[in-house]
Amino acid sequence: MSNIPADLRYAASHEWARLENDGTVFVGISDHAQEALGDVVYVELPEVGAQLAAGQEAGVVESVKAASDIYAPLAGEVLAVNQALVDNPELVNSDPYGSWFFQLKPSDVSELDALLDADGYRAAAEADA
Amino acid sequence: MGQRTPLYDQHVALGAKMVDFGGWDMPLHYGSQVEEHHQVRRDCGVFDVSHMTVVDVCGAQAKAWLQHLLANDVERLQTMGKALYSAMLNPAGGVIDDLIVYLTPHGYRLVVNAGTRDKDLAWMQSQLGDYAVELRERAELAMLAIQGPHARARTAELVSPSRAELIHSLKPFQGLADGEWFIARTGYTGEDGLEIILPASEAVDFLGELLGAGIAPIGLGARDTLRLEAGMNLYGQDMDEQVSPLVANMAWTIAWEPASRDFIGREALQAERAAGVASKLVGLVLEERGVLRAHQVVRVEGVGEGEITSGSFSPTLGKSIALARVPLATGERAEVEIRGKWYPVRVVQPNFVRHGKALI
Repeated sequence: MSNIPADLRYAASHEWARLENDGTVFVGISDHAQEALGDVVYVELPEVGAQLAAGQEAGVVESVKAASDIYAPLAGEVLAVNQALVDNPELVNSDPYGSWFFQLKPSDVSELDALLDADGYRAAAEADA
Repeated sequence: MGQRTPLYDQHVALGAKMVDFGGWDMPLHYGSQVEEHHQVRRDCGVFDVSHMTVVDVCGAQAKAWLQHLLANDVERLQTMGKALYSAMLNPAGGVIDDLIVYLTPHGYRLVVNAGTRDKDLAWMQSQLGDYAVELRERAELAMLAIQGPHARARTAELVSPSRAELIHSLKPFQGLADGEWFIARTGYTGEDGLEIILPASEAVDFLGELLGAGIAPIGLGARDTLRLEAGMNLYGQDMDEQVSPLVANMAWTIAWEPASRDFIGREALQAERAAGVASKLVGLVLEERGVLRAHQVVRVEGVGEGEITSGSFSPTLGKSIALARVPLATGERAEVEIRGKWYPVRVVQPNFVRHGKALI
C-alpha cells in the first residue's frame, strides 16, 4: 500500500497540498500517483505569477508510459516552481512528498478543508486502483 | 480476467504490475521500467513471451503454401533453423500481421503476435484451399526471451551440455531444436539474445533457474522501449491492415523476385509501387524536453503533415524518440504538436540504438 502522510490534504485527482506556517501551500503528487505512473521522465510546471482556479490545469507529469495533467487543488497565485524536478524528474518517484511542483499563495485558505484527508484519500485511491 | 501464461504466479510473486495486453494478463514492470531497460542493454534480462502464438506448418506443400501466404519468400531459408521476418498481407496489400518463420526438419515454425492470434489462424485456415498442408498451433508451449549482451553466455551456464553447445553455435537469426526445446538466436530488443520455446511444464522451473542465477525479469514496458530504440515495428501501432509494408519501413521484407511467385497482396503492392508511395516511416528525435507519443501530429514545412505511430522516452538516449509516418518528401527537420505547442524534431533513420550503442 502506498504512503499517505496524515498531515497533508489531497485532491481526488491525486495531488497533495501542504499548508506552511506562512500561509502558503506546496503542491505535489501522491505516492499512489507516482506508483501508478511509473518512471517519471518529464515535468511541466506552471508560470510563476500565474493565477490558478481550483481544479485548473497547472502542469503535466509524464512517465515512460503516459502523460497526466496536474491540477491546482485550490485557487491561488503561483509563488514558485520546483525547477529541480525539470532537471531530475525521477525525484517524483523517489521522494513524492519532497517533490513539490509549485507553491501557491491561496486565494482562500479555507478551500483546503474541502480537500480529502488521508483516510478519505486512501479510500479514493483504493477505489481507483 | 485475461488469459494467463504458465508463469503468471511467478510474475505476481515477483511483485509485477500486471496489465492487460491483447487479452493476456502480463507483467508491465517489476518495479522500474527504466531500470529493466538498462539491465537488458548492459547485461541481460528475461521476458515471458508465452502469450505469443506458435504455429507449426507441415505437409508436402508447406513451402509452396507459405510462398503464397507471405510477402517474404521462404525459399530464402536455405540452412536448417534459419529465420525470416515477413508480413502476412491481405489482397489489398495491408498487413494482417508480422511474423517470424523458421525452417524446421518437419516443415516450418511460425511465431505470430498474441493480439492477432484469432484472425491470423482464421486467415491461414481460409487460405489452405487444396494445399497439402497441416497447421498445428502449439498452445502447450511457453516462450522465454533472454536478451542482452550477456544473454547467451549466462543462459548457457544453466542448461544441459548439448543445449549449451547449441546456444554457443547458433548464428544470428537461427533457431534449432534440442529435445523438446527450440532455441533461437532472435529477439525484439536490438541486442544479442535468445528466444526459447519449451513445454509449459518446464518453463516454470527454467524461469526459476534464470532468476536464481541473477538474471532480472523484464516487463512489457521495457520490451516496448527496447524495440522502439531498435526501430522495430509494433503491430497494431506502426502498421495494420490499413497500411502497406511499403510505408511501414518493411519494403526490405518483400521478396519481389522471382516475379512468378504469386503471393497474396502482390498485385496491390505492385500497383502502389508503380504509382509511387506517398509516405514513409521515419524516426524522430526530440532535442528539447518532452515526450513524443503515438498519434501526435507531425508538420513538415512546405511538404505536409504526418503522424507519430509509436513514441516514448528513450532510456538509453535520455531523450524522447518516435516512429512517424510522414510525407515521402520529408527532409531532416519536422515539428510535432504536443499539447498545442509545436516542438522541432530531427528526422532520422528509424534505428536509434543497436547493441548498446546510440546510432543517432
